[in-house]
Amino acid sequence: MIKVQGLVKRFGGVAVLDGIDLAIEQGEIIVVIGPSGTGKSTLLRCLNFLERPDAGYLTIGDLAVDVTKASRADILEARRRTAFVFQNYALFANKTALENIAEGLIVVNRWPKEKAHARAREILERIGLTDKADAYPASLSGGQQQRVGIGRAMAAQAEVILFDEPTSSLDPEWVEEVLALMKQLAQERQTMLVVTHEMGFARDVADRVIFMEGGRIVEQGPPSRLFGDPQDPRTRDFLRKVLANQVSLDAT
Amino acid sequence: MRVLDFDYMLGLVPILLRYLPLTLQMAAMGMALALVLACGLAVIRVLRIPGLNAATLLFISFFRGTPLLVQLFLFYYGLPQLLAFLTQINGITATIMGLTLHFSAYMAESIRAAIVGVDRSQTEAALSIGMTNGQLMRRVVLPQATRVAVPTLMNYFIDMIKATSLAFTLGVTELMGATQKEAAGSFLYFEAFITVAIFYWVIVELLAWFQRRLETRLNEAYRR
Repeated sequence: MIKVQGLVKRFGGVAVLDGIDLAIEQGEIIVVIGPSGTGKSTLLRCLNFLERPDAGYLTIGDLAVDVTKASRADILEARRRTAFVFQNYALFANKTALENIAEGLIVVNRWPKEKAHARAREILERIGLTDKADAYPASLSGGQQQRVGIGRAMAAQAEVILFDEPTSSLDPEWVEEVLALMKQLAQERQTMLVVTHEMGFARDVADRVIFMEGGRIVEQGPPSRLFGDPQDPRTRDFLRKVLANQVSLDAT
Repeated sequence: MRVLDFDYMLGLVPILLRYLPLTLQMAAMGMALALVLACGLAVIRVLRIPGLNAATLLFISFFRGTPLLVQLFLFYYGLPQLLAFLTQINGITATIMGLTLHFSAYMAESIRAAIVGVDRSQTEAALSIGMTNGQLMRRVVLPQATRVAVPTLMNYFIDMIKATSLAFTLGVTELMGATQKEAAGSFLYFEAFITVAIFYWVIVELLAWFQRRLETRLNEAYRR
């Protein structure tokens, strides 16, 4: 169970997050949508202190902190309880696929190397990359790299996996395999908070869709309601634009 | 025009070989100490540690801005006049000291550039899985920076090996000093100095070969 209360983040006086309240149940799959620059990524990055929030309370399991008073130990703990999937994959360039997945287990959880590698092999099997165990990121396709990125997040056994536009940097041909893996995780009821522009994924997989604009949550609800009967004019406006865009893409 | 005295040159080889260890020792000591010092200076520069950062900039500016020969004379002949406890300093120590300080100034900048050049996303990924700053430096940033820094650092090492010949000006009988003595005895200056030139050349080529192998190994992870 994750709870965010009154989360504020300012960049140079501008409130990028302007008082976010959010509760995530265990096993819940939440998709965050909204126009660019509305703080979606910043929200994710504040949850694991890649950005230091300016105000608010954060509860992850039994860790509860006032973000302004979070100690180094609190921050490390928050990071260990959340896993992050980056838009640009951000795999460790000096490590193989297997090592990327095992790294956190070895260094952070202090597992013996053999045990960590055995677990990493299990994960490689689940993400369908058993044959790429010893491949370095530079030799993998974008889709394969992002699957390893997700595998690294899976290894952490975090309370929640935060996905920051996981398919936005991918060539179109690789998007599907990454979304398929995310669907697989969703079916296993892995708690997920996903920022994405993939409306189809949101509609099919999310338990709840959140629409953000201007650093605030404007509207949220089950995908059927949010896509089928949006209440706020801003939501309607946004959906009309992106869905029209997708239709026109489909037509070509 | 006369013919080269090859027999003399061959005879010189075993003599010079006896002084080779001293040359290599000074270079190895200088390189090891310079690496440690340069890493420290680079970290100060990267983290911009207040106070120390300014001191580091001054240090780098001075040791890059003045000739190595001037620095060696300063340490060997000059400093003991100021600091009495340094009167015991011998030429070998002064050379190692000079090489260390001089080259660490250059190396600090290339190490700093290599660290700063590691993509920010690598640091973020390491932080996101809960690594401490020390862990992410050791496991992620430094290994990647090493690959970038090695070619330049090896060049400095090659430069340093050749710079040990300046120890001769402080009265140290190393490779160059020994050659000078031999040449002065035989008057066969060309033979003597071409022989010692070949000595340095071979050492440097061996190192360059090692460098290529090392770089191939370090680049393994980046081949597509």
